[in-house]
Amino acid sequence: MTAASAEQRGEPIVSVRDLQVRFQTSDRRATVKAVDGVNFDVRRGETFGIIGESGSGKTTIGRALVFLLNPSAGAILHDGIDPLALSRREFQSHRRDYQIIFQDPNAALNPRMTILASVLEPLELARVGSRTERERQAREALERVGLPQEFGERYPHQLSGGQKQRVVIARALTLKPKLIVCDEVVAALDMSIRGDVLNLFADLQRDLGLTYVFITHDLAVVSHISERVAVMYLGQFVELGPTEEVAERPLHPYTIALLSAEPRPLPSSMRQESRIVLQGEVPSPIDPPSGCRFRTRCPHAQPLCTERVPEWRELKPDHWVACHFADRPNFSPN
Amino acid sequence: MGEGQLAQRKSEVAREGARPLLSVRGLGIRFKTTQGIWQATRRIDFDIAPGERVGIVGESGCGKTITGLSILRLLPGNFAGLDGKILFDGVDLASCSARQMRAIRGKRIAMIFQEPMSALDPVFTVGHQIAETLRVHSNVGEEEARARTLEMLRRVGIASPERRIDDYPHQLSGGMRQRVMIAASLICGPQLLIADEPTTALDVTVQAQILELLRDISETSKTALMLITHDLGVVAETCTRMITMYAGEVIEDATVDEALVRPLHPYTSGLLRSLPHLSPRHGRLPSIPGRVPSITEMPAGCRFRARCAHAAKGCEAEQKLQDAGGGRKVRCWRFAELNLPGALHPPDTSASARVARQ
Ligand SMILES: Nc1ncnc2c1ncn2[C@@H]1O[C@H](COP(=O)(O)OP(=O)(O)O)[C@@H](O)[C@H]1O
Ligand SMILES: Nc1ncnc2c1ncn2[C@@H]1O[C@H](COP(=O)(O)OP(=O)(O)O)[C@@H](O)[C@H]1O
Ligand code: SF4
Ligand code: SF4
Ligand SMILES: [Mg+2]
Ligand SMILES: [Mg+2]
Repeated sequence: MTAASAEQRGEPIVSVRDLQVRFQTSDRRATVKAVDGVNFDVRRGETFGIIGESGSGKTTIGRALVFLLNPSAGAILHDGIDPLALSRREFQSHRRDYQIIFQDPNAALNPRMTILASVLEPLELARVGSRTERERQAREALERVGLPQEFGERYPHQLSGGQKQRVVIARALTLKPKLIVCDEVVAALDMSIRGDVLNLFADLQRDLGLTYVFITHDLAVVSHISERVAVMYLGQFVELGPTEEVAERPLHPYTIALLSAEPRPLPSSMRQESRIVLQGEVPSPIDPPSGCRFRTRCPHAQPLCTERVPEWRELKPDHWVACHFADRPNFSPN
Repeated sequence: MGEGQLAQRKSEVAREGARPLLSVRGLGIRFKTTQGIWQATRRIDFDIAPGERVGIVGESGCGKTITGLSILRLLPGNFAGLDGKILFDGVDLASCSARQMRAIRGKRIAMIFQEPMSALDPVFTVGHQIAETLRVHSNVGEEEARARTLEMLRRVGIASPERRIDDYPHQLSGGMRQRVMIAASLICGPQLLIADEPTTALDVTVQAQILELLRDISETSKTALMLITHDLGVVAETCTRMITMYAGEVIEDATVDEALVRPLHPYTSGLLRSLPHLSPRHGRLPSIPGRVPSITEMPAGCRFRARCAHAAKGCEAEQKLQDAGGGRKVRCWRFAELNLPGALHPPDTSASARVARQ
């Protein structure tokens, strides 16, 4: 690693400030506050995990980070600059540095295009180099994700799920991005293959200096791959910190409940005696609860939690939480 | 003695003692496709004791769903033949008439699926559907059916069931629909509930609620549970015994604790090792190369051979599901000499792995 990049490592590559994203419901009668006031930095070279149940706003954040949708309020800075302030042309070339990959490779690949043609497509749209140069880059990307040469001539239906996801990764790599948002990228893969793809992400990060925002509902996956993790609930972050801290010394009652709910493949002698089973389901983001949004399911809720929104505070170095009582020691069941 | 150990002891006692509730012997299913007739599952042997909770695990395509469906004889249209016996309480379901099967299905054996919408009819209220199941199988009046439906909805954890009973399925959340489906499946008090990936589409906090419900119902009503899932954590939390399937066959059968700590089959061990753990490690995850063969390309001999790190001369022979002692079974002739790691294999020391990443 060169001195310059060593210095840069850990600097924010993305800064998110008071991000809000709102949607109209399909009948246009109500507003969904899909993301409602989120703050964080993604540091260069890290894997930043975002965990939360479905509907909590993870995908919406991911899409906003790569400007597939525009914030309703707040700001997203890439390397300190606001991409929305760029000219159209500058914006088009800038956004190549920030890619996103989704769960379903079938949705990302055209069934009538060969694998090579699919991987070439972004290069062609961006008019990078000559035709032979583009083809060289596409083949190189396929090789990087561990697909043999002859796969270039095949069609998506001839590949397994894991292989197709590799093609999608290759496609994102061709434009040499700095950051990739990975949204549930291993959720659709079988267990025995998931490990392979996670290993590939780790290898690519090491070799290419990539930064990842890794979005998943799977606690074990996020613990495995990320250095820091944010826990989302109903459009907001409730906790953010180093993965080890969050997984082993969680501060927020929701994080504690999530960890407790995770079924673990451990023999009975090693499993927790009692688990916290949260009551009810996540309320609607159209009309979230007042005060702390988790209060309708929180086993520790107090009158104050209805009245006041908990502050987002750094309770321990680098470890943030939004709960009025997170500094009280009796939250954890252990 | 912990709760889990106690449950395990009970299940061992149950297995050795009473006649099994379900006894599957040599079960195989064939399908017709445009390329001919293919064997999807074969030589499936297992027992489920009354009230026992058994997990059926394996990756997708291993034959778990087909096995569940064949017990109820709910096979797809291109079904081309069934071999073997399915003894349920002494009756061979494989040779029952369609009428006899209708009397068993829903009453003595019930099944729930990953997507409750596929089993619930969108044009009827949930109350109507549950009550209907009851009225088909027993001679109860409308009023009593409604009363019992309300009670069952309450039992499966639906708050204010009086308000929900006249809702249509689309008005309910995913977790709520799964509860309704469980209520419908349990209303006739079946002896066996087959649950095919019942929590796969649900969030983890709702999954925990549903698994607790299934466990609780099986304990209080002595309903046996056959829980089909790809998630080994779900089996560990819910079941006492684990049957692993690979490429249409049963390859291991053991108590959950034995299978997790000391798996005997290389496939079971590989699955356990490939799981990321909650305690952050950041090391490389072991994986199993290759993939589950499709029904048209089943290899001869041990079906796991092409992916097995322990394949040796001798593995090209057909493998029998053999007795491994202590009530365990395994389909691998090398099991005694292989000392395979389970879920508790020593994790990569995270510090050194992390340095390697930088
Ligand atoms: N295009 C859209 N129109 C209306 N509502 C949307 C749209 N996209 C997402 N939502 C809503 O925003 C909330 C957050 O969704 P999403 O970001 O997809 O959550 P997650 O990825 O955590 O499951 C949900 O309530 C979802 O229904
Ligand atoms: N109707 C069918 N016709 C042909 N093959 C089928 C049919 N249904 C399932 N199969 C095949 O049988 C095998 C087992 O399928 P299934 O029981 O659904 O597996 P699992 O539930 O373990 O994922 C798979 O290879 C699948 O492709
Ligand atoms: S602020 Fe109150 S309701 Fe919210 S998480 Fe903390 S204790 Fe629970
Ligand atoms: S029989 Fe041979 S190839 Fe098959 S699982 Fe055992 S060791 Fe592996
Ligand atoms: Mg999403
Ligand atoms: Mg299945």
